[in-house]
Amino acid sequence: MKNYFSTRWGIIAVGALIGLLAALLQKMGNPPNMGICVACFERDIAGALGLHRAEVVQYMRPEIMGFVLGSLVAALLARDFRPRTGSAPVIRFTLGFFAMIGALIFLGCPWRALLRLAGGDWNAIFGLLGLAGGVFIGTLFLRGGYNLGPAKKAPKFVGFAMPLIMAGLLVLAFMNPPMAGEGKSGVLFYSLKGPGAMYAPLFIALAIGLLVGGLAQRSRFCTMGALRDLILFKQMHLFSGLIALVAVAFLANLAFGQFKPGFEGQPVAHSVGIWNFMGMVLAGLAFALAGGCPGRQLFLSGEGDGDAAIFVVGMIVGAAFAHNFAMASSPAGIGANGITGLIIGLVVCLGIGFFGMRKQA
Amino acid sequence: MTEILDERGLSCPQPVLDTLKALPSVQGGKLSVLVDTEAARENVARAAESKGWQLASVEEKDGEYTLHLVKNA
Repeated sequence: MKNYFSTRWGIIAVGALIGLLAALLQKMGNPPNMGICVACFERDIAGALGLHRAEVVQYMRPEIMGFVLGSLVAALLARDFRPRTGSAPVIRFTLGFFAMIGALIFLGCPWRALLRLAGGDWNAIFGLLGLAGGVFIGTLFLRGGYNLGPAKKAPKFVGFAMPLIMAGLLVLAFMNPPMAGEGKSGVLFYSLKGPGAMYAPLFIALAIGLLVGGLAQRSRFCTMGALRDLILFKQMHLFSGLIALVAVAFLANLAFGQFKPGFEGQPVAHSVGIWNFMGMVLAGLAFALAGGCPGRQLFLSGEGDGDAAIFVVGMIVGAAFAHNFAMASSPAGIGANGITGLIIGLVVCLGIGFFGMRKQA
Repeated sequence: MTEILDERGLSCPQPVLDTLKALPSVQGGKLSVLVDTEAARENVARAAESKGWQLASVEEKDGEYTLHLVKNA
């Protein structure tokens, strides 16, 4: 069966649609330049569950559940659901953890970096350069023989674990809806101000999440892969999807009056260039060593990849630590322990890259 | 005897890296690559085609794919 979505025009169409839907989600209530941000939304989920208590970033973001469940449905329909796991799970957890530490120093995943750029936030340029730098370091390890070893086929129920966890979180969201003026509803925490208090209607966010999840699963859309393939193979395939995302999000932002160019006063962002850059160096390296950007890890976990699922869990735990340990940035600048977290993360990820290199046969 | 590259279980970009590494030294202009995800199948085929090779055929068995690559004349 021909997979139209994995052709050049397929990936461009998917990138363009993600750009449009992200701008639309922002228009319908998501935070500025954050129509979709996998790192931010996982961080908000950690807050909603009380894993950290940063009061401005607590919301059970249905887009994330939509991504995983949409990917599951697409994979099942296309007979591409392949339960597998066992490729160095603890390393993948660690990479997810430090990917989040880096992303929260910059304040966004690669998707949000692109959306910030498309919204006129020029600080994103430092983040994207850092991302490319981190991915470049990752390709050096890949050239040196780095790999985390093969995964093994797993029983079906193992592949369903992450989608079921996401379905459970969705049930929690339905059972504990936000109440006006209340910071808590049942077991879930809600933000009364800040980005966590800004969200598109639940069903619209979920529907868009499902659609993006399905399309991204079929097309293998990946922002880290786009840079990696360009650097490693001089291949433009995934990169063309990334360009389409930025171009369409930019046009949609213009149309919606959401384009505000400049460095200072950008929403949910700080303007310390060096840490915007370095945060994404760490994140980019961790993504490259794990084989996918945060979005791609969600889609992979939807199609049954248990190792990608562990990376996702690592990111959510990393978000909790980032806020509990004052490593996350805020519009006021970087956190008190941000640089410490960054250095530890770089040492750990460089170590993983180094020790993960195997002698080539 | 066609050379066979076993890339089962390996996640991207490993199958592509190994295929591109193997292609220049393949004897007889034929290489078979064994993969077990659809993404790897697409990526290996795309990479080989960019290097002047062609995907002659694909065999599927129990969710595993054997890609038969041949060098363009």
